Amino acid sequence: MTDGGDLGWWGVLIAVMGGAIRVSTPYLFVSLGETLTEKGGRVNLGLEGILVMGAMSGYGTAVVTGEPWLGVIVAGCAGSALALLHGLICNLTRVNDIAVGISLFIFGTGLAFFLGKPFINPSAPRLPHLELGAWSSYPQVRSALEINALFIIGVVLAFVLAWGLKNMKWGLILRTVGDSTEAATALGYNVNWVRTMGTVAGGFLSGVGGSFLSLYYPGTWNEGLSSGQGLMAVALVIFARWNPIYCFYVSLLFGGATALGPALQTVGITSNYYLYGAAPYFLTLGLLIYSSSTKHSLAGAPGEVSISR
Amino acid sequence: MTEKPAMATLPPPDVTVTDMTKRFGALVALDAVSVHFESGTFHALLGENGAGKSTLVKCLMGYYQADEGDISVNGVTQHVTNPRHAHHLGLGMVYQHFTLVPSMTVAENLVLGEEGLSSVINWKEHLEILEAFMQSMPFRLDLNRSVSNLAAGEKQKLEILKQLHLGSRFLILDEPTSVLTPDEADQILGLMRQLTDENRISVVMITHKLREVEAYANEVTVLRHGRLAGQGYVKDLTHADLIRMMIGNEKISKPAVRTKASRREIALEIRNLVVGNDKGLTAVSDASLQVKEGEIVGIAGVSGNGQTELVEALSGQRDEESGDIFVRGEKYGKTRSEMRDFGINMLPEDPLNNSCVREMSVAENLAIRIFDQPPTTYAGCLINRGAVRRHGRDLIERFRIKTQGPDARIETLSGGNVQRTVLARELAGDVEVLIVQNPCFGLDLNAVAEIRNRIMEARNGGATILLISEDLDEILELADRIIVMFEGHFVFETSRDKADVHEIGRHMASHI
Repeated sequence: MTDGGDLGWWGVLIAVMGGAIRVSTPYLFVSLGETLTEKGGRVNLGLEGILVMGAMSGYGTAVVTGEPWLGVIVAGCAGSALALLHGLICNLTRVNDIAVGISLFIFGTGLAFFLGKPFINPSAPRLPHLELGAWSSYPQVRSALEINALFIIGVVLAFVLAWGLKNMKWGLILRTVGDSTEAATALGYNVNWVRTMGTVAGGFLSGVGGSFLSLYYPGTWNEGLSSGQGLMAVALVIFARWNPIYCFYVSLLFGGATALGPALQTVGITSNYYLYGAAPYFLTLGLLIYSSSTKHSLAGAPGEVSISR
Repeated sequence: MTEKPAMATLPPPDVTVTDMTKRFGALVALDAVSVHFESGTFHALLGENGAGKSTLVKCLMGYYQADEGDISVNGVTQHVTNPRHAHHLGLGMVYQHFTLVPSMTVAENLVLGEEGLSSVINWKEHLEILEAFMQSMPFRLDLNRSVSNLAAGEKQKLEILKQLHLGSRFLILDEPTSVLTPDEADQILGLMRQLTDENRISVVMITHKLREVEAYANEVTVLRHGRLAGQGYVKDLTHADLIRMMIGNEKISKPAVRTKASRREIALEIRNLVVGNDKGLTAVSDASLQVKEGEIVGIAGVSGNGQTELVEALSGQRDEESGDIFVRGEKYGKTRSEMRDFGINMLPEDPLNNSCVREMSVAENLAIRIFDQPPTTYAGCLINRGAVRRHGRDLIERFRIKTQGPDARIETLSGGNVQRTVLARELAGDVEVLIVQNPCFGLDLNAVAEIRNRIMEARNGGATILLISEDLDEILELADRIIVMFEGHFVFETSRDKADVHEIGRHMASHI
């Protein structure tokens, strides 16, 4: 066993936890976004495209202006714009949201690669982080406790969304529309408009999640930047039972799984690196099998979401 | 918070509809109908399915725009453009299909429709106001219960409470008793009548049940084929008058004759059947029953007490968790070959979705049970389309299915004709066991009589019939033995001779 610092196997655990915090951020944003979209009764499978588009536009903005936070906002807006496209197309009758989502996924990634070519080489300023580990003398602990600002915003947002869905007018309207079109129509709400807004809000958060990839970790822009976080977030939302706070916990779990390979590398286990790298995908499969049943439909699923019907 | 008109001071709206006409393409759904809904009365809109009752109130509520005619509220002509507008005028509608949000609580559902709801909801304040509102009502519900856990009668009450809470003083009830037990229906209609007598609200009730009109309404308007067929005070009209207005001069076929059955062997047996529902909860618990040849066993119960899951388990659409089904003493595994060998036929509810292939033609749907057998199949694998069409044409004629032809897609047929198509298919062959669920749902009186006759004929011919129905009158008319299903249990059983409506009704509502 090669030396992994003074901490041995503890080092792996700390690295996984630190990695979980670092890597979970895009999962968290994308899953919160998808929760909003699905609470309104639609599934947006185009989040992967939105994520990549957010990463590219955020990075490009940061390169040009030197202002990473402006990049985050631009990424969100780019995400909203793509989501708006999804929402508007789905407003047409007899349009399937899943099919539109898949085309948006391909369109978004393609567009991002096309527009992002000039930004592959220049480097952009990174987003700030908090050094919560300054007290420790171990470099592993210090690195694990580098908490990025977006993660903190995401955690706060998860709680705010959970509260808002129960205690705010938009929350009640969104849940009504997502649970029963009939009820919403009878109450005089414009179902398509509410769903479009849910999708746009979800797109904004997913775009922000994308900007994290290019502006913090890994912190560059290239075409292999995302490894399916946008798609996995859809599974994650199902496992989190459409609850923003559970989204936070499950994001940490997925983040930890993603960080497993690099963490094992720190203690010198380099064989099967790619197998460990596939941990999040195994986790996705496993969780979906675990949470499905032939006997009953998914508990907590909004009634109008096509995957729960 | 919203400003609601004080319940005690303002009289309920007085609404007049003048010469209202509504067309859907070539179909005239409503033909120059005029009605005056007087303030503070209980007004019944009576008619068969398709008579135009729903079209009339939907025009009134702004769901549809009438092609001709006027609506005036308290003497002022109004152009009602959408349901919101109707709400502002104090008009509210309680739908046949509940428009509650199942995942939310009673309180959330009540708050949802409030005008000018603030963007952050102060639950403490709202709960206090709702509690006070509940105290002022003749019936109450626990504010914190989730709607998905309410019984049908409670949901109906919540729908009415919701409209009253929103300030509606003119309530339209669309077939309000279709999902209620007789006692629940009496209770709710009695309370509505009480509120109208106190001049707190006006009520318009859409119904096809004469009994409810005679017992609760002050005034009645009868529609037939979109036209006004009669109007007047209920006290001035006899039962015969109402029937004549409702169906015109058409003759209704006589109720089927019940003959004495000779063979009396047990043909269908269910032993300790347990079936789950979509939520993973137990929908049918430990159900056992036996049905003899030449016998109709009727399963009564309010919708949602496990009937659908029971039928799905019998038809093979849902796996049972435990228990067994036997046909003529042999275990029944619900395969296609067993269905054919045992002569099992089914008419489930919502037949278009449960036992038809939408995209296929009427003839193809009629051949679903036999298409893989000679003469519709030759050389073991080739379909003889000519034979399928001939078979279809024959059944279309015998069962008088209204279709453009055997090649029309089944989804282009009306609900009643889809029902007839499936019944034709299931009764055409060798019927030994027949399982039917709500066979007459949504049909006009003549079609109802005809379908019931056919079921009775099958029984007289020695078939074993399990009839699952939410319509207690249908069960009382057809069944030899009646079982009541409540919350997944068979809670009560009685023979035809000893059946008592009120006793059955009580068991439909509770274990006791």
